[in-house]
Amino acid sequence: MGRLSGKSLVPAIGPIVLFAVWYFVVAAGIVNPVLLPGPGDTLAHLYTIVASGSLLVDLLATARRTVEAFLIAAAIGVPLGVALGSSRPVYRSVEFLIDFFRSTPSSALIPLFLMIFGITDMNKVAIAAFAAVLVILFNSAYGVMNARKQRIMAAKVMGASRFQIFRHVMLLESLPQTFVGLRSGVSMALVIVVVAEMFIGSEQGIGHRIIDAQQVLNVKDMYSSILAAGVLGYAFNVLFMLVEGRLVHWSGK
Amino acid sequence: MQAITQQIEELSKYSGTAITSSAESSLPFIPGPIGTHITLRHITKYFAGQPLYQDFNLDIAKGKITSVFGPNGCGKSTMINLIAGLIPIDAGEILFDGKSLRDTKIGYVFQNYRDALFPWMKAIDNIRYPLKLTGTPKAKIDQRIDELMALFEIKFDLSRYPYELSGGQQQTVSIMRALAPAPEVLFLDEPFSALDYEMTLLIRDKLQDIFMATQVTIVLVSHDLEEAVYLSDRVLLLTKRPTRVAELVSFDVARPRTLATLSDPEFIKTKARSLQIFQQEVHR
Repeated sequence: MGRLSGKSLVPAIGPIVLFAVWYFVVAAGIVNPVLLPGPGDTLAHLYTIVASGSLLVDLLATARRTVEAFLIAAAIGVPLGVALGSSRPVYRSVEFLIDFFRSTPSSALIPLFLMIFGITDMNKVAIAAFAAVLVILFNSAYGVMNARKQRIMAAKVMGASRFQIFRHVMLLESLPQTFVGLRSGVSMALVIVVVAEMFIGSEQGIGHRIIDAQQVLNVKDMYSSILAAGVLGYAFNVLFMLVEGRLVHWSGK
Repeated sequence: MQAITQQIEELSKYSGTAITSSAESSLPFIPGPIGTHITLRHITKYFAGQPLYQDFNLDIAKGKITSVFGPNGCGKSTMINLIAGLIPIDAGEILFDGKSLRDTKIGYVFQNYRDALFPWMKAIDNIRYPLKLTGTPKAKIDQRIDELMALFEIKFDLSRYPYELSGGQQQTVSIMRALAPAPEVLFLDEPFSALDYEMTLLIRDKLQDIFMATQVTIVLVSHDLEEAVYLSDRVLLLTKRPTRVAELVSFDVARPRTLATLSDPEFIKTKARSLQIFQQEVHR
């Protein structure tokens, strides 16, 4: 009994140690309190801005942009990736382009997107979608290309047509890998949305809030907002794990 | 009976000789003796520029179990894959009762059940799948599933996913899936080699029961000579590559064969003879 409840506390050790170190560093005066407020002060401030609803407005704006960008990226990336992946020569012909732009930091394209879309909300969504689409496309294509040969042969020997093999086997075979792409895609979209909110003028958004707080040296608000951004990213991750566990139940088994 | 067997052996001995290869273009298709199901004529298959099969001829008996046995790399699995159409042949002709593969219902059981079953479908849907492909009405499919469950005396839950089943249960599901459309020929590629010994014995005997109940023609690749002889009516012994038929050994002890069969003088004699031919071929 005692061992069981002790075990369930293990994951809490890391955060507790982090907060303890944080507390100690501030209490001992190792870091200037202007740069780093204590964890108690920060959490108290976090509570205040959550209760007042001001944080939620920014958080929701960032979440909405991230979800929009992700949905656009998934709607393009998955079907296109599956289509490209189903023919190795076709994929090979565009592989360099995909790998090149996948390796290019998307933030480097922000000025370009500014020229195209101007300082609009659409711009932030567009650049985040661009960043996410290549990761998603790449993973979906590889999921299809690496479909187990034997399952394809099994379907073939049972008399499945090429289209049936694609629909019944290859598409499902690619799902675990596609989910890897979707999960990386949503993280990528969040990163780019936050960066875009910082540098492309916006009224709302967690990136906007963080840089505003930093500009006026409101460090408590800055740290609180960083923590909130972390919570948002983590929530996306957990959500995807849950969906993935249900939808791709056979993955890794 | 003896005459037919002899005829088969005669024919197989001719494979790879100059007489048959020169006859290829001028002579029409030569059917196998009565009781033949699958005829392979002048089969040629190259791998990486090297001939694996060259002008290969074979008759596989109908309603019998034929085991394929031979040295490593002689293309045992390749042979059934060629017959089952999983690998294209370079030249030659394969007919099933005079029909092409397209007009023939076949079933195939892979060695690695883990990569052959569809993990996104429940076991029962895996078995239904080939029937759904042919557009069989739902009532008919359910009826066929009930038949198969009775035939296999299934005692585990088929509404589980394959990865929730044991290896033996998964391979049983694979065999049920292969048999679902009532195939004319059932191919098995080393179906027991990924299983533990206990499961091997169990499923091997189950396979024999099913054969006795259905009389389906079975072609089985085996890496275990004892198993090959125990299960089979014919043991096809292959040579090293370029692969020819070393001999087609008959083993006609009555079924059901049991543990006692393993000490039957006829079994011991057949196994010893097969082993002798095998060793000659390995050391040739």
